[in-house]
Amino acid sequence: MNAPNEILRVENLRTSFHTREGVVRAVDGVSFTVRPGESLGVVGESGSGKSVACYSLLRLIPEPPGRIESGCALFHGLDLLHCREDELRRIRGDRISMIFQDPMTSLNPYLRIGDQVIEPLLIHGKVRPNEAFDLGVTALREVGIQDAARRMRSYPHEFSGGMRQRVMIALALITKPDLLLADEPTTALDVTVQAQILELIGQMQKERGTAVILVTHDIGVVAAFCDRLLVMYAGRILESGPTSELFYRPKHPYNQALQRSIPALHERGSELRTIPGAPPDVTQPIRGCPFAPRCEFALEKCIASEISLQEVAPEHATACLRVQLGEIELEPALARVAAE
Amino acid sequence: MNSPNEKPMRVEDQAIVEKRSSLWRDAWHRLARNRLALFGAIVLALLTLASIFGPALFGQSYFAQDLPLGATPPSAQHWLGTDTLGRDLLARLLYGGRISLAVGLCATGVALTIGVLYGTVSGFLGGKVDAVMMRIVDVIFALPFTVFVILLMVLFGRRFVLLFAAIGAVQWLTMARIVRGQVLSLRRMEFIEAAEALGLSKTRIIFRHMIPNALGPIIVYATLTVPSVMLLEAFLSFLGLGVQPPMSSWGVLIKEGAETMEEFPWLLIYPGLALALTLFSLNFLGDGLRDALDPQAAKD
Repeated sequence: MNAPNEILRVENLRTSFHTREGVVRAVDGVSFTVRPGESLGVVGESGSGKSVACYSLLRLIPEPPGRIESGCALFHGLDLLHCREDELRRIRGDRISMIFQDPMTSLNPYLRIGDQVIEPLLIHGKVRPNEAFDLGVTALREVGIQDAARRMRSYPHEFSGGMRQRVMIALALITKPDLLLADEPTTALDVTVQAQILELIGQMQKERGTAVILVTHDIGVVAAFCDRLLVMYAGRILESGPTSELFYRPKHPYNQALQRSIPALHERGSELRTIPGAPPDVTQPIRGCPFAPRCEFALEKCIASEISLQEVAPEHATACLRVQLGEIELEPALARVAAE
Repeated sequence: MNSPNEKPMRVEDQAIVEKRSSLWRDAWHRLARNRLALFGAIVLALLTLASIFGPALFGQSYFAQDLPLGATPPSAQHWLGTDTLGRDLLARLLYGGRISLAVGLCATGVALTIGVLYGTVSGFLGGKVDAVMMRIVDVIFALPFTVFVILLMVLFGRRFVLLFAAIGAVQWLTMARIVRGQVLSLRRMEFIEAAEALGLSKTRIIFRHMIPNALGPIIVYATLTVPSVMLLEAFLSFLGLGVQPPMSSWGVLIKEGAETMEEFPWLLIYPGLALALTLFSLNFLGDGLRDALDPQAAKD
């Protein structure tokens, strides 16, 4: 069962893809919880498994080649990973909604905006068809679409990318879900529109008390938006905790390195810092810390021993063995910049 | 949707019902504005009406022979001339139209229905189901058509319905392949994933999101199927499975006309014109339909 202060508890989620090149362990033993109304950011570089983890929650992984190997995801006491297909279908789009990366292709070009916005209401039997239209107009108005009643009759191609993403948000939130999964909702948009969309998600979230899982590779986006963060690397969570903690008191060398690689506007002319090396090949089983080959603090034991995510400060957990043992103390990337 | 004991529909409810079929209503409005498509539809309707009611009104018999007369060019008595047995060509053309149009449209309809459903299910379910379903298509494709027809005749005798069965059995294969290809590419579109994430059932995803998006190629191929079906009917009639003399069809008339085209060209020209007119109309109509069903092609 879920504890009272959480709506979703994910334990030891493993998802892999069985390809010709071998088994890709996209998500490799991930556990986390989501509290009501909070926004949880999941950051990581491409291929770190953040989107796959998100899709796994609603079992939207194409099978085959994908497979959810193990784990559970308790949502209101129901295990989303093992429940019956029809039980899951009642949750999808009703209690848990999803926003996709590319608004240009996530609306059906053959259906009117209005028909698509009210579809979740109709299929989940929330309201009678004649009430749905009015609710659709209200939903569009709430996401800032001008002249909503007339726009209900438009087709997706008559909308810009930003407006389509607004429609997607309206569509995702029309059933007042408990949880919204946003998979890189701003990646395909202009920078100016990005800020508006995030602001809109934040505002809608506060009004409705919806919890949001925001998947992104843009650390700037999560800093402003999320209450808590998960840092993913090679299918695992390396560090988790409140956003400010992660930025001001990093507990994992990867997190620190990630923040150092953010280009700073005030450092004109200085070289852009990067993390040397490349992410590991996830078709091979990884022993110990996946970041060890690229880590400046790595020792023999980092590769030799099994490492789990452990709390080292209140609410703040890391998967760095040396930090757990108190052997190293990391400086925040921001302070380091100031010192130089 | 509304149960009978509910109070009469309010205006708003009617608006919703209209909205339900919005795709088709919009398509109809766009189609009505497309002159060429409208022309095609009207010609097709006229041809159909002429074939249904023409023979009764026209009064000439399609089988009454006038051997001493023989083949004559068009005249006041016989508007399109007579064939080698002295039968009135116009009457034969009108009667033949019944067969050709019925076979052309019905067999295409059958092929369309089976092909679209089969292709969609195969592409949508994917994996092993898809592999098995497509291998079945391959196997049927590989059967020599002539042998298949002869086999049907041996087993069931000469029956007119077998014509539909034989044509239907081959024509849906290509349609199924085309639709499957479309569905496969649509399947990985984000709006299909989004529909799944919204909790839509598979049936609803197929009928509401997949098929409308695959309609363009389906319609184009369907309009191309009609003429090939009409010609196939002539071939089957030659084998003895289609229409039997003295009945005729356009395919049969064209075949006979082609044999005597050097002496009596009108026997080929008029049936050929009738077939060509039908095909042009169908193509215009099909093009128009495809554009009408695509909201993005609409000029605002």
